[in-house]
Amino acid sequence: MSILTSNTSDSLEATDAVATSAPEPILNGRPSGWGAAWMLARREWVRFFRQRNRVVSAVVQPLWFWLMFGAGMRGSFSWTASGQEGFFEYFLPGTIGLIVLFTAIFATISVIEDRREGFMQGVLVAPVGRWPVLIGKVVGGGGIAWAQAVLFLGLVLLFGTAEPSWNLIPAVGLLAVMSITLCAVGMIVAWPMTSTQGFHAVMMLFLMPMWLLSGAFSRFRRLSDGGSIGSSILHWIMRCNPLSYSMVELRRLLYPEVVLSGNVWGPGSSVNWFVSLAFLIVSLGLAGWLMRGSRRADLI
Amino acid sequence: MHTADPHVESESLAVEAVDVRHAYDDHVALAGMSLRVPQGKIFALLGPNGSGKTTLFRLLATLMPLQSGELRVAGVGVASVMEVRRRIGIVFQSPSLDKKLTVLENLRCQAALYGIRGALLRRRETEVLQRLRLEDRKNDFCEKLSGGLKRRVELAKGMLHQPEVLLLDEPSTGLDPGARLDLWEALNEFSKAGLSVVLTTHLLEEAEKADQIAILSEGKVIAQGAPDRLRSRMGAGLITITTEDPHAVCRRLREQLSLEGQALNNQVRLQSDHPGPLVSQLLDVLGDQATSVSVGRPSLEDVFIAETGYQFWSGAS
Repeated sequence: MSILTSNTSDSLEATDAVATSAPEPILNGRPSGWGAAWMLARREWVRFFRQRNRVVSAVVQPLWFWLMFGAGMRGSFSWTASGQEGFFEYFLPGTIGLIVLFTAIFATISVIEDRREGFMQGVLVAPVGRWPVLIGKVVGGGGIAWAQAVLFLGLVLLFGTAEPSWNLIPAVGLLAVMSITLCAVGMIVAWPMTSTQGFHAVMMLFLMPMWLLSGAFSRFRRLSDGGSIGSSILHWIMRCNPLSYSMVELRRLLYPEVVLSGNVWGPGSSVNWFVSLAFLIVSLGLAGWLMRGSRRADLI
Repeated sequence: MHTADPHVESESLAVEAVDVRHAYDDHVALAGMSLRVPQGKIFALLGPNGSGKTTLFRLLATLMPLQSGELRVAGVGVASVMEVRRRIGIVFQSPSLDKKLTVLENLRCQAALYGIRGALLRRRETEVLQRLRLEDRKNDFCEKLSGGLKRRVELAKGMLHQPEVLLLDEPSTGLDPGARLDLWEALNEFSKAGLSVVLTTHLLEEAEKADQIAILSEGKVIAQGAPDRLRSRMGAGLITITTEDPHAVCRRLREQLSLEGQALNNQVRLQSDHPGPLVSQLLDVLGDQATSVSVGRPSLEDVFIAETGYQFWSGAS
């Protein structure tokens, strides 16, 4: 097996050539952080498509969720003034949000795997700093999440649950914002972690409730005079959740003709976009801040 | 204790450490380490677990910031992180390959991290794949490669940007003897081409292959030099006396033969340039006190024992 042994004429020649040649000069190319970020983003895609189970589950699982919950809870509540749209329609943006969330989680959990499998240590000592790691991960993972969400949206249009319209263009843009934001949130959680178990714990404690309390699954009720303290607390929790605003806007873009019923809370488009973009900037900024300097997790 | 060779010019050093100290919370890993590694040589940092070699490797690799002292790699202080990183190639103890990618894709990832692209990338790819005899495996997925081949891909990654100093952390770990031989042939080849190779190891037989070594213990360099020269300092031979009471034997040797022995566990060790004639004398003097007397050539472990007073694998007593 030994290929490096010098008992072939080729290798002897190679060794002689090396022995007599002068030391080669160091390469003078200046590494580009953007080049490194693009490589890391492309790597996410390559790895994704080489793991068939991820590709299949990414498409089938949300579809299954949507059909199962949509059929099971059909007619459980009405959320529009006309009363014609049911849970199937209400849960559609929530399902798309779930796709983005799950894919972002799987993309960022790979940071922990990259650490454990060793790939990350080579990246951390490269002369490009750490921001390309963040950009590469959020662009790569966010791109996968966005593509899956758009694919699912296409399937939904085929089923006729939503109508094609020009509003789908800003909807696709909003999905891009959500994808990158949730990847950045995933990076905030994953970067200091040394085990995937720890990530799953935080996911169940923080990320899943963030999705559940965004109005993705249940009606986002207005505050009313006769409401209980519990429903008021829930209202404010949902209102403080930045993902809620993306959900409201996504629902509005998918069903532009629908008028919300009186008891469903829904801020205006400008507020929704402002909060969604602010969430993106804050998440990216916090992730970048957390990733600077060396951490104990770097030394695994 | 041997310190660094003062005749080596600072500019021609691959690594220079002056009074480097590092602590993890309360645990002191480096306790004022000073070291001068000449360029173009294979230099091994030899030490048992906990001697500080991995901490020094991490500092050299810029994985951790320097806490105290001076540390330069290829003439550049480690505080200039990006400058140092451009000058070093690193092979970690655990593989840093993406197993889901092919050999060539892994090299291209490395190229992107070091700003190598276009015609230069194609030339360097061809060169490192040829030099490490990986051309016919370049399209194989790394998860399907043997441990030895993976290590060669790691070397190819580390060499792609033509570093001035190649750092390797325990490079032989997990390799079979054939793969170790391959690794060392490659390292010798790189060294002949002018590359400085600095590696950490806890394997005495591996350190023997290096041009120069530094023996580390408790965060300090206790001896440095060529393996042959270090061994020759111990004399031509080493006499090992096995006994139940090593301190009594030491006392008797001192009183009756004016010899200074070193007690270690149930042994007493004596350095001598003429061990043969001394053996019969020892048997006469010690009688039943000596269970056995043996003579051997000094090894690096003997150098370690002579400097520290404890065995390489036992840790500080």
